[in-house]
Amino acid sequence: MSMDRRKFLKVAGLSTLVGLGSSGAFELLKPGRVDAEMEHGHHHGEHHEKAEETGPKTRLAMLIDIKALTREKAEKIVHTCHHLHNVPNWGDPKNEIKWIWEDEFEHAFPDSYNEYDEILEHSPFLLMCNHCDEPPCARVCPVEATFRRPDGIVAQDYHRCIGCRFCMAACPYGSRSFNWLDPRVMLKKEMAKGRKLNKRFPTRMRGVVEKCNFCVERLAEGKKPGCVEACPDVMHFGNLADENSNVRKILRERVSLRRKLELGTKPSVFYLI
Amino acid sequence: MIEKALKGSSVYWGWVIFLLCIIGAGFIAYLYQLKVGLGITGMSRDISWGVYIAQFTYFVGVAAGAVMLVIPKYLHHYTKYAKVVVFGEFIAIAAVIMCLLFIVVDIGQPMRMMNVVLHPTPHSMLFYDMIVLNGYLLINIICGYNTLLADKKGLPCPRWVKPVIYLSIPWAISIHTVTAFLYAGLPGRHFWLTAIMAPRFLASAFAAGPSLLVMLLLFLRKVTKFDAGEDALQNVARTICYAMIVNFFFMGMEFFTAFYSNIPGHKATLEYLFWGIGEYGNLVPFMRACIVIGLAGIFILLVPPIRRNPLWLAIGCACVFLATWIDKGVGLVIGGFVPNPLEVITEYHPTFPEITIATAIWAVGGLILTILYKVAVSVREEEQRI
Repeated sequence: MSMDRRKFLKVAGLSTLVGLGSSGAFELLKPGRVDAEMEHGHHHGEHHEKAEETGPKTRLAMLIDIKALTREKAEKIVHTCHHLHNVPNWGDPKNEIKWIWEDEFEHAFPDSYNEYDEILEHSPFLLMCNHCDEPPCARVCPVEATFRRPDGIVAQDYHRCIGCRFCMAACPYGSRSFNWLDPRVMLKKEMAKGRKLNKRFPTRMRGVVEKCNFCVERLAEGKKPGCVEACPDVMHFGNLADENSNVRKILRERVSLRRKLELGTKPSVFYLI
Repeated sequence: MIEKALKGSSVYWGWVIFLLCIIGAGFIAYLYQLKVGLGITGMSRDISWGVYIAQFTYFVGVAAGAVMLVIPKYLHHYTKYAKVVVFGEFIAIAAVIMCLLFIVVDIGQPMRMMNVVLHPTPHSMLFYDMIVLNGYLLINIICGYNTLLADKKGLPCPRWVKPVIYLSIPWAISIHTVTAFLYAGLPGRHFWLTAIMAPRFLASAFAAGPSLLVMLLLFLRKVTKFDAGEDALQNVARTICYAMIVNFFFMGMEFFTAFYSNIPGHKATLEYLFWGIGEYGNLVPFMRACIVIGLAGIFILLVPPIRRNPLWLAIGCACVFLATWIDKGVGLVIGGFVPNPLEVITEYHPTFPEITIATAIWAVGGLILTILYKVAVSVREEEQRI
């Protein structure tokens, strides 16, 4: 049952990317590459071979422009994301759920902290799931409730997760949140105060882990991730595996940092400084 | 054989009812946790494992300790352990059941527990932990039951049981090695990311399990007609002493690596545990007590005239049991989360329902052990009468 759902997600996600690529609205993939990505449907011989020669697969990545980021924009991004994904606001650090949040350089890069760099020290940073190429969380999960999709998104299956929180111990970025209490109870309280629920995204139950999903549900509809739509000058999203992509172009021009590279997790979130 | 657990004095039944009351209280607390969620515990986004997983880790060690009797008895034919081995195996049974219960109460969606079997995931260490723990439980049930049954009948143990007993030796090593691998393979948790984790786990296990056994055997000698024999007790005590010294030696090596290299990430947790960082230091009294009590235990068990006094022997074993419990059942798991990956410190305060549930699982272990020991002692008493 779950297996079927997962295959469906993979196929659905990828077929959407085909649509995106051909429409040209949002540069992610070339159709030929997508075919190479498809695990089951490789019948387009010509494209397929071509894609295999060039080798690279899809690898979705996010670039966060720290120079363009202000506290107001950070707040807007966090709010947009948490609204889109029905993330409750518990208001205390013990039970809190966060998919993306504002923090300081010192916490984002504890090993690279440089007390003499006063610009970075006072810049706001946005922290989120790094959608690692080698995700430790997916490695330790005993039920494959969290797994790396072929397009690079590290996904979370809320219906399979048993809530052992091994992934939270394994994530070196503190990017995962656990529903210690029933999130729907809090959402109801917030709705009484005027919060609107996003009916297009499911709420979760207590006892499961969740985190940023690179807006996989919006990609499936041909939309950009919520944070990119909220602040397109700060957040840049694209295919790292395609050397002509928007993100690769930016990375060629700007200096970027990634969190805790020494751990070998190969994060897909870049900080432009 | 099990019917022997149904005949006992009023003290025996009083103890059983006492344990059942604690289990009942814990069960109610667990129903509350099931209804509301793990938010009723002191765990948080930063300290995402607490009392439950810490107790689980400790009791895997207690379970593995039984092998310290199995090796001399079956590999070296040390006959003085012949009457005692089954008591070690019964500790293992009770301890493994406690471990499994601690896992069950810790997970957020226990009704989905079978997903671990339905979707076997060989790249997860928890998958192997499930296999080795359940396997170890089965092995000890087979070995313990059959050796005791054979003793009761006055016959040698059935031949097919022998290979299972031999299997229990590497298997005991495996349960604690795999449990150490749960921690030692995680990037970004400096305190846990150490190759010496598994050896240290084993050393502390070989101190903790047998020290519980010696205390129980001394108790049985006092209240029943069963006497484990002075030689057996003294030799187990020596084993405990060596294991505890090795455990502290390994702990010292962790200190050396962290502080001589002077790498902040490696020092941080040790600093937090033993000195406190800034205003945060609620584990400092525990960890310092662990060192003092552990050294006292080593001293008592090391000096022969003191060790030969039954009261001091019991105190020495209690010291070792307590020190290893603080080390693994308090410091190791909580410490791994402090500071968190963003180098922020959050402290952990277990809640009343959480402690009630954990105590109830201790009581379940106590109840299983009581019943098994009652049976074993009855069989041994019959033997001695003949």
